[in-house]
Amino acid sequence: MAFIPHTPDDVARMLEVIGVPSIEALFDEIPSGLRAAALILPPPMSEMEVGRLLTERAALDGRPVNFIGAGAYEHHIPAPVWAIATRGEFYSAYTPYQAEASQGTLQLIYEYQSMMCALTGMEVSNASLYDGASALAEGCLMAVRANRGSTSRRILLPRAVNPTYAQVARAIAGNQDISFEYVDFDRSAGRTLRAALQPYSGQDFTALIVQQPNFFGSFEEVDALTDWAHENRLLVIAVVNPTSLALLKPPGQWGAAPDGRHGADIVCGEGQPLGVPLASGGPYFGFMATRMQYVRQMPGRIVGRTVDVEGRPGFSLTLQAREQHIRRSKATSNICTNQGLLVTAATIYMSLLGARGLEAVAQACMQRTADLIAALSGIAGVKRAFSAAHFHEAVLLLDRPVAPLLAALARRGILGGLDLGERYPELGHALLVCATETKLQVDIDSYAAALADVMNASRAAA
Amino acid sequence: MSSIPADLKYTKSHEWVRQVQNGAVEIGITDHAQSALGDLVFVEVPDVGRTLGIGEACAVVESVKAASDVYSPLGGNVTASNAALASQPELLNQDPYGAGWLFRLQTSGGSADAAPLMSAAAYASFLADETK
Repeated sequence: MAFIPHTPDDVARMLEVIGVPSIEALFDEIPSGLRAAALILPPPMSEMEVGRLLTERAALDGRPVNFIGAGAYEHHIPAPVWAIATRGEFYSAYTPYQAEASQGTLQLIYEYQSMMCALTGMEVSNASLYDGASALAEGCLMAVRANRGSTSRRILLPRAVNPTYAQVARAIAGNQDISFEYVDFDRSAGRTLRAALQPYSGQDFTALIVQQPNFFGSFEEVDALTDWAHENRLLVIAVVNPTSLALLKPPGQWGAAPDGRHGADIVCGEGQPLGVPLASGGPYFGFMATRMQYVRQMPGRIVGRTVDVEGRPGFSLTLQAREQHIRRSKATSNICTNQGLLVTAATIYMSLLGARGLEAVAQACMQRTADLIAALSGIAGVKRAFSAAHFHEAVLLLDRPVAPLLAALARRGILGGLDLGERYPELGHALLVCATETKLQVDIDSYAAALADVMNASRAAA
Repeated sequence: MSSIPADLKYTKSHEWVRQVQNGAVEIGITDHAQSALGDLVFVEVPDVGRTLGIGEACAVVESVKAASDVYSPLGGNVTASNAALASQPELLNQDPYGAGWLFRLQTSGGSADAAPLMSAAAYASFLADETK
């Protein structure tokens, strides 16, 4: 069956109407150097052959025990999550078209938004974005629209923010005439100090980004940072881990300014910890929430609850008038969609766990990481890098290069963490490690034993 | 047939201009414009103190089906904007030439009469042509 119903004759007639000689000519504005050359593909394979190939490839990964976090976290996902999410009624990777005909999908998104509002302490959530990094980029664009007291289009970006997020935000927002000023972190505490913001007092900045916990796993002093931002008329863009919010003060309550101006203004983050498997880095989903006063500056879709002409409850997409299918180049954002399937999984995950279940997960993560740090920092040549309290990740300093040790651990089936050498060379031999509730004491013990072992081996070789 | 008061000036993008006193004008969108947009759900007006150039997009009127820019017919400083529209956007549907005004401008270029604006009669025939 042909999937493209146009005959060559149809195509020729359409081209004639719009006055273009060929379909190729429609792409003239793309420089030839950026166009894909002919795709050279191997011959097609049957379903059985593809299944076999992918099974073989998957087996190459082995089943390593994973202690890497750095933005993507391995959590236990209860079996019902994906059993329900993959039902035919839900199983669409995409935002609903003919949306109001899909009342079940809309209700699910509405419930998702309500849960995210409860978790973040904010008034309104959108239906999700692509991932945490692009959600931060959208948050920066939104802050520029929302902070009408600022004309600088400058944003303060702590270096303790996930460097990949920073890179994505700069790539997206930086090309829209928004600039970023890096704010250093305190070397001994591993967090961003209010004093580091002081040099920017009285200047025109649009927003301050605050990640809690930060990329090093450390808890930032979010109240002090939020108050500084509001005193200096900056908006606060919070980047948060949803699991941690079960224990922490929600960003909607950050700050203690006496003028009563509390809370982050825009909250975003990565939704993957809520029931989405690691899966080689995606697909994940980003979330975003804000205050009601900024709702019209928020990108993406929002589902609202309403009543029909007969007074029966129903759900509909709302606040669409600023999206690109209506506003074209003046749209609030190019994001008109949401990560439907992943939001479905996250909503089911949160429903199954409930507030108390999520809190238990967060507590277990914190405990396991504390145990891991205690076990690893007991090894000669390994110590904690920072003094700040941490959530489910922390930085260790080693007395020798990290990469060869990680390679040796990988050969023993252990993914030992993320080498920070490339992103933070000033820290020396730094290793970011994470333990979630999926790591038992036996895993921690075997990691510690293996690390001691490979360090001894490398000492003997030296 | 939409209402087109004779004492106002008009633009092709359906804004109206009322001369308040020398150099001071009040600006809104026409009855035709509000009727074409349908029920408004949100109106965003420019901040007081903002300097506008002629033709600069400075306000947004949003209905359930579309959000459209409003362009400043004249250049000048915004001296007032209609705060009531934030909570009652329907004022613009009900009374586009009165309670639904958008903002006031102290124009930089003297009298509004000097600007290339249309009279009521010219706007009426422009509308008639546009809707033909």
